Amino acid sequence: MTGMISIARGNYSRRVKLFVILVSALALLSFVRIWSDVFDLTSRGTISAAIGLAVPIGLAGLGGLWSERSGVVNIGLDGMMILGTFGAGWLGWQHGPWMGLLGACLFGAAGALVFGLATITFGVDQIIAGTAMNILGVGFAQFFANLAFSKVPGGGETQSPSIPALPAFSVEQISDPLVAIHDKNIFIVSDLAGILSGFFYRLSILTILAATLFILTSYVLWRTSFGLRLRSVGENPKAADSLGVNVYRYKYIAVTMSGVLAGLGGAFLAIAASGVYREGQVAGRGFIGLATMIFGNWRPGGTAIGAGIFGYIDALQLRDSDGTSLRAMVLLGALILIGLAILAIKKNKYQTVFGLGLAGAVLVSWFLMTTALPKEVALVAPYLATLLVLAFASQRLRPPAADGVPYRKGEDR
Amino acid sequence: MKSKRILDALLAPMVAIIFSVVLASVILMLFGANPIETFSKMINYAATPRSISLILNSATTYYFSAVAVAIGFKMNLFNIGVNGQYRLATAVGALVAGALTFPGYISIPIVIFVSMLVGSLWAGIAAWLKVYRGVSEVISTIMLNFIAIGLIAYLLAPSMLGVQTAENVVGTPVIPESGRFPGFSIPGSQVPVYGMLFLAALLGFAYWFILNRTRFGFDLRSVGQSPSAAVASGVNVKRMTMYSMLLSGAVAGLVGLPLLLGAQYSFTVNFPGSYGFTGIAIALLGRNHPVGIAFGALLWAFLDVSSQILDLVGVPREIIVIMQGVIVLSVVIAYEITRRVKVRRQQDAVGKATAVAQ
Repeated sequence: MTGMISIARGNYSRRVKLFVILVSALALLSFVRIWSDVFDLTSRGTISAAIGLAVPIGLAGLGGLWSERSGVVNIGLDGMMILGTFGAGWLGWQHGPWMGLLGACLFGAAGALVFGLATITFGVDQIIAGTAMNILGVGFAQFFANLAFSKVPGGGETQSPSIPALPAFSVEQISDPLVAIHDKNIFIVSDLAGILSGFFYRLSILTILAATLFILTSYVLWRTSFGLRLRSVGENPKAADSLGVNVYRYKYIAVTMSGVLAGLGGAFLAIAASGVYREGQVAGRGFIGLATMIFGNWRPGGTAIGAGIFGYIDALQLRDSDGTSLRAMVLLGALILIGLAILAIKKNKYQTVFGLGLAGAVLVSWFLMTTALPKEVALVAPYLATLLVLAFASQRLRPPAADGVPYRKGEDR
Repeated sequence: MKSKRILDALLAPMVAIIFSVVLASVILMLFGANPIETFSKMINYAATPRSISLILNSATTYYFSAVAVAIGFKMNLFNIGVNGQYRLATAVGALVAGALTFPGYISIPIVIFVSMLVGSLWAGIAAWLKVYRGVSEVISTIMLNFIAIGLIAYLLAPSMLGVQTAENVVGTPVIPESGRFPGFSIPGSQVPVYGMLFLAALLGFAYWFILNRTRFGFDLRSVGQSPSAAVASGVNVKRMTMYSMLLSGAVAGLVGLPLLLGAQYSFTVNFPGSYGFTGIAIALLGRNHPVGIAFGALLWAFLDVSSQILDLVGVPREIIVIMQGVIVLSVVIAYEITRRVKVRRQQDAVGKATAVAQ
């Protein structure tokens, strides 16, 4: 009984903590917006663009999560995404966007099966197989794109004819009043309104699908016996095997799901973001997805937050003609670091306080000394953030215990 | 005995190459092309003096990249970051080369040294993160690859150190005549062969010598084969990790130089960016052996160059990329299978020996 109560209390305090974090993040953002005078920071356009940029990397990250939860490191996500963009373009321009989605899933899954054959059945090193997958993904997509699109009107060797659009929703009754509140420039209130307005504006149905997939993943992997078995395969395959779990089958299911999700991420790029398949349009997003997943501690919620942050930075960079938004981000980063330093004082970790405080002070002085930031800062921000998290917060990260270890039934390895 | 060992080593790559040829033939037939005709056209095209020069040039670049990867592989380190290391190294090297006006025998060694240093330092970040913060070098080098791209774009912006080149792209100032690495030409070909080909051969020998004839090489291999045994015999694994990653990065710093100092003379934002992945594939194919890598590099370069003819026969030349991907994947599968067969054979032999002893 007491155990139950303490668990319930644990959940409660976690929720309070999350609420406090969200509110203080919002307050910080609002404060930064007012101090740096960059109105675009929480505008509807920025948030809407951020969502659009976050979805493909989020889906790739979710794909990586499925695979790694079953103990298979998947750096072939990028190749599977590329296959997805081709599948979406090939079926999409001929039979409409819904068939395009299906095509993306099928092509992603096909790539994943080849990857699974190498890593699960043959037990080849997963990093090597992933590298080969990335080469193969590029090769197949370019070869078939050349065959499929070069002789059709509106297409070319590297580009498909345009794909019909999928429905997107705007709820003006909610979004427009919120924009009006945003324009009033009130501390916190305007920013909350601005952010919310973005969620009711030109929301692609694929975005809604992606959000659903995140919730479903979280439910299936953490609330069902299927999910428990799948995760047990990633934590301790030998123990799982001894309890009658078919390790190979679960790994295949997980890796195939990962290909489907990466393919969907590709489909979003081809169908929703640009309306065509174009060579090179994935542009390393599979790798950002991988970064997102690590940043999010191998959890769906964390991955979604990571994708949101990376998408947001990307959106600011794209809309930022003079570099002022990115400059504001430096201030935000500085304030977060200083806030963490203050929290660390309470825990008497003075070395951490010193490090964080110093980094914060450096960022503040950077903010004060510049008027605009080069675009490249936004380009490297997701990767730098992931690297810093890995380097300085890795005690808090907990990847699956058997992640990356090939499993052979009956062999000690 | 020795010839049997070589035969064993050759089996897996041969199977992989044959499998990829078969698969490519099936794809070709599906799209109505005659595979035998296509392949013989490719071989005929590759046999011309011009193609041979091109193949030697590409192979030189690939060789540097594959050796860089192989140094890591020998210690079970995955240097996925050769791409970032050589791009940053070549960009900085190009900036230095563009600024120097010394005669070649002074400026070229300086440029080579600077590039190796930059590549080494960039790999050193991943090494430091691995040794002192426990960060997997696979993830950190992937991240560093992208960070390098951003850093280069920043360095090459016209407001910083770059200039607008003739084709309206941003790049480094053109390297003066004196700073270029002299090449040589083979009869009948207009395309000069990179002089750095000889440097690649020298590197291959040095790699073999250090690995097999020095204490350092012995320590390196022992850590790769059994870290616990290495520790027991007094090898400092952390230090070896650091050294081999730095060494790998230094060799990676050479990857872009043949193209930079032998043909392009300027580093632009369009400089090829994925020789590192090619290097991984070739190091696997050549089993990290200097001679094996040389054959792998030549095969890869042959496929690249001979694919140029395919567009004229009406086959998309990307089929070569598929073939390359299939070769990598099937060669590692073949290695894994032969390894397992070998283990089983050993177990059988031990079983029989102990049975007789009883």
